[in-house]
Amino acid sequence: MLKIENLQASIDNKSILKGLNLEVKAGEVHAIMGPNGAGKSTLANIIAGKDDYEVTSGTIELNDEDISELAPEERAHNGVFLSFQYPVEIPGVSVTNFIKTAINQTRKAKGLEDMPAKEMLKMIREKSELLEIDRKFLSRSLNEGFSGGEKKRNEIFQMAMLEPKLAILDETDSGLDIDALRIVANGVNKLKSEDNAVIVITHYQRLLEYIVPDFVHVLYDGKIVKTGDASLALELEAKGYDWIKQELV
Amino acid sequence: MELNDKLLSSYVAFENRVDTNSDIHEIRSEAFQNFEKLGFPTKKLEAWKYTSLNSVLKQDYSLFPNKENSIQLADVQKHFIHDIDTYKLVFIDGKYSSFLSETTHDTFDVCLMSAALTKPKYKAVIENYFNKIAKKDNLTSLNTAFANEGAYIYIPRNVEVEKPIQILNFTTGSEAATMLQPRNLIVVEQNAHVQIIERHQSLTSNPVLTNAVTEVFAAKDATVDIYKIQNDDTNASLVDNSYIEQKSNSIVSVHTFSFGGNITRNNLNFYQRGEHIDSILKGITILEGKQHVDHHTLVHHIEPNCESHQDYKGIYNERSTGVFNGKVIVDKEAQKTNAYQKSNNVLLSNKATINAKPQLEIFADDVKCSHGCTIGQLDDEALFYMQQRGIPEKEGKALLMFAFANTVLESVKIPEVKQRIAKIIANKLNVKIGFDL
Repeated sequence: MLKIENLQASIDNKSILKGLNLEVKAGEVHAIMGPNGAGKSTLANIIAGKDDYEVTSGTIELNDEDISELAPEERAHNGVFLSFQYPVEIPGVSVTNFIKTAINQTRKAKGLEDMPAKEMLKMIREKSELLEIDRKFLSRSLNEGFSGGEKKRNEIFQMAMLEPKLAILDETDSGLDIDALRIVANGVNKLKSEDNAVIVITHYQRLLEYIVPDFVHVLYDGKIVKTGDASLALELEAKGYDWIKQELV
Repeated sequence: MELNDKLLSSYVAFENRVDTNSDIHEIRSEAFQNFEKLGFPTKKLEAWKYTSLNSVLKQDYSLFPNKENSIQLADVQKHFIHDIDTYKLVFIDGKYSSFLSETTHDTFDVCLMSAALTKPKYKAVIENYFNKIAKKDNLTSLNTAFANEGAYIYIPRNVEVEKPIQILNFTTGSEAATMLQPRNLIVVEQNAHVQIIERHQSLTSNPVLTNAVTEVFAAKDATVDIYKIQNDDTNASLVDNSYIEQKSNSIVSVHTFSFGGNITRNNLNFYQRGEHIDSILKGITILEGKQHVDHHTLVHHIEPNCESHQDYKGIYNERSTGVFNGKVIVDKEAQKTNAYQKSNNVLLSNKATINAKPQLEIFADDVKCSHGCTIGQLDDEALFYMQQRGIPEKEGKALLMFAFANTVLESVKIPEVKQRIAKIIANKLNVKIGFDL
């Protein structure tokens, strides 16, 4: 699904990723953990195509196709979804209208007609039920005045609607209370299949109790320095990151 | 012949057509002398520093278009807000078209200035209100000198006009170039309510210059909502001089939507003569090409406990230029005034320009006044967010601009007007987003 080799990237001449390798196969869940400033969000943004960063070397392949030169929307059309840490507010555009636009623009890029209104409504109903989203919520302006939890739930709702191949959840657990966390995690688990993959970026083990990863990676100083199974997350939770830093010396 | 000279020499011809033995004509003559003395504004005047009329004044305008025009409903209908039942005052090349208008009513007056200025029935109102708050500056004086036709609207006490009134000025291009000077008077008595939609529309690309003056009086407890839709041909220029006087507890809002035209100058003046008055001035400006819009607003807080709210949003593309000059005067007596002013602008091109200037003159000490001008580009993070969801850059930008303008659109009370404006914005941004904005 996703294959990243020797990825090096910088912003304003400051090197952030320093030769990162990562392979994610269909059907897998990967967690990326690491201390602040390690480059976790940078990695997510670079996969999604944000152009603030300069990629100085390495490759990013999605299903054997190099996507590193594609515009963000083209990557989205190819099945990349990024759940934002800080979703943007768009006054005057309702949640429903926004997701309709996103779906139909994606269809258009694939040479398909707009999704019939009836089918769209049915899908919106199903997916909003999955995430326990109230109907009134859907007619509100996108993210405007939403609580932290509502924003994150709305991100996962959009993910459910767009059915991506590769979903990257960038600190989706931050700002969520335990009930919202359970709902969001439950949504992600139901969307999980043998054909898609999820990368969970998080500081805490908490989310991983609900979305159980096949692999846990530690990102430190721009590189993945340790990979293990779900138990690694528990170990990190108990011991912090210092022992890993010491191992590296 | 220069336009200035042409206007001066055609005044005699004008006098042959109107009753010169009237009080009104004394007002006209005085205004004429005033214009003769002042001439057209130049960039040397502080108030016209950023707007030059030179190129516009060079045209050889026909001042009293007289050719027959055969305008059919189908020619102009698309410019009506026609989904709703409205009263309509339609002027074709400055002349009233009874055929296209719709003024049937019995509880109030929607009629012609030419009738109001001459018929005894309207004499008292004209004497009380005509040219009472219009400034004596050059262009207003010029309009007053030739004041003869336009809309006359009188809403008596406690009357709530249930349908909006549209004032539509069309130019047909029957002349190579046309100059129009409509003169409107709108008097809304105590506790009365009216909504007005105003539009100037050229039907061809022949040059047009409109120098309009509108006086609005809102008595105690009156509510007046005015929507100015400026989406004209790029050869049409407009100077819109509006003067609004409010009495206690009245609420007047003016929304100005500037999407087109060559040079557009809006002089919007509010005078608060009473307490607990609310004045609302909002605008959305979206320009491209070499278009130019200049918003000059004035809110004069004369008495205590009043509010004013100004919110102007501008989006400038290509080589377009904008001006926002917002003046707020708070008199010494006007304690407890709340005056808010915002001018937010987005420049989409390196060659676009905006000059934003707040001017606050505050003589009272217990007031809340704020002003904020911002000039920026579209938010890259928000654009990335939309692209990440599969929305291409162009459509994403359009959505962002729509979101930016939305605080102004939100306060439009007539849904059909809101939809119309949203549609114009979508057309302007040249996108099909997938839902009606």
